[in-house]
Amino acid sequence: MSTSIDQLNSDIQDLIEEFDFLGDWEERYRYLIDLGKDLAPLADHEKNEASKVHGCTSQVWLVYTLHDGVLNVRGDSDAHIVKGLVALLIRLYDQRPIEAARAVDAQSVLNAIGLAEHLSPQRSNGLASMVARLKAAVAA
Amino acid sequence: MTPLLQPETVFDPEVLRAQFPILSRQVNGQPLIYLDNAASAQKPECVIEAVANTYRHSYANVHRGLHTLANEATEAFEAARTKIAAFLGSPSRDHIVLTKGASEAINLVASSFGAGLKAGDEIILSQMEHHSNIVPWHFLRERQGVVIRWAPVDDTGALDLEGFKALLNEKTKLVAITHMSNVLGTVTPAKTLVELAHQAGAAILLDGSQAAVHMPVNVSDLGCDFYVFTGHKLYGPNGTGALYAAGDWLARLQPYQGGGEMIAEVYEDRVIYAEGPHKFEAGTPMIADIIGLGAAIDWLNTQDRMAMFEYERALMDRTLAMMSEIKGLRLIGTAQDKGAIISFAIDGAHPHDLAQLMDKYGVAVRAGHHCAHPLMQRFGITGTVRASFAPYNTLSDGEGFVAALNKALSFLI
Repeated sequence: MSTSIDQLNSDIQDLIEEFDFLGDWEERYRYLIDLGKDLAPLADHEKNEASKVHGCTSQVWLVYTLHDGVLNVRGDSDAHIVKGLVALLIRLYDQRPIEAARAVDAQSVLNAIGLAEHLSPQRSNGLASMVARLKAAVAA
Repeated sequence: MTPLLQPETVFDPEVLRAQFPILSRQVNGQPLIYLDNAASAQKPECVIEAVANTYRHSYANVHRGLHTLANEATEAFEAARTKIAAFLGSPSRDHIVLTKGASEAINLVASSFGAGLKAGDEIILSQMEHHSNIVPWHFLRERQGVVIRWAPVDDTGALDLEGFKALLNEKTKLVAITHMSNVLGTVTPAKTLVELAHQAGAAILLDGSQAAVHMPVNVSDLGCDFYVFTGHKLYGPNGTGALYAAGDWLARLQPYQGGGEMIAEVYEDRVIYAEGPHKFEAGTPMIADIIGLGAAIDWLNTQDRMAMFEYERALMDRTLAMMSEIKGLRLIGTAQDKGAIISFAIDGAHPHDLAQLMDKYGVAVRAGHHCAHPLMQRFGITGTVRASFAPYNTLSDGEGFVAALNKALSFLI
């Protein structure tokens, strides 16, 4: 197994352990929201039609580039919970070599950290749209 | 105003509440606090039973049947039409077209009345309309060059009557306006609007989707040309609603959809349409559900509705008083005459976050644009949280709502 995949698995393990340390849903949500709050916001000009992710009930923007085979992802939302989800996706995708970015299974990570079950269908659709966009960005 | 039927019962929210099975369930381990009534109301046991009993005992396709089940189903179905006519104060049942909701009723008028409109003719809407009373008129704008004029809403969410009057002119063919806003709760001065529209030579459609639930409605007294409402907000089954059309409108308008049920005779080279409301009811209708709507109206007629209306407004006022301490609260919709709907925005808290967090505490509220984009644009917001009350809500629901709101805010601010 390559180093970048090892790194991905290790990062996912860290994320799962962070959430395992938390107790009930309230603590998980507070932590998720804090992850979002710590995210560097996008500049206004970056929040445009091209970066806007449709299929979300709130407004979400994802900006990503590929440089030398490495994915760079940033994002923002006007809603805190979604912004927290964006932060999670950034933990999973940002600064990954293409090979590792392709191997990310965001849904199973959300299941493992006990958040997927709390997401309303509309929110989930938004998440699915975000993931679909990142998958397309690194598709073969 | 014709008085409502004499109630058979004294209004007691707890007694009323006990008739709604769903209200005793839990959500996320908490007792359900259902405050999404403006989107859809819950159903009393008698309505659920009426639908189930139709399928259990008296179900067949309606009209022209020559067997017992068909006759029973037709009688119950047509009885619902009579009940709806009486509920709205229609002079007869022949003015009531049964539809699958308010949207279909408005689309029917937009299609059939709209067929007579030409480029440059004007339709007046208000800024507080639901998309269902906006988009069908946009069809006429796109396809026929009809011009839509927008009656303004003031900062309290009341209709700006002077602004409305200024729009009326000889090109105005129709006014289509809500009787009560689904976002603001604002009750519009419907009777005055009818008089003004008629003075200008225009017809007027009132969207009673909320008003029919929260106030007595009498279409004969209002004098409107068209009145629409939906059954699912009126404690009835979804997929039901009605259009009231005054005078000879139904005879004058061309049919909306074609199919079985709406014809008298069909030949290779011509069609003779059915008369009255049947002309507008193509295909097999929502039989059991319309019968269920009839049961909902029967049920409402046994209640002290005036007491119910006063109670929901008092409950809204009590809840608003409990919200007064919330920092950054902006109420959207503070008009003098207002039904039991609280819409609000809070600085730094996205409505979707609030609604999702409140759901964790068992509180069902709606968040977003409430199918009213032009109104959101008018107030310069992307959405609100909306708590909408029904007479089965209690003061404890109001307290639970405010407590959950404060907890949700603690996550965000």
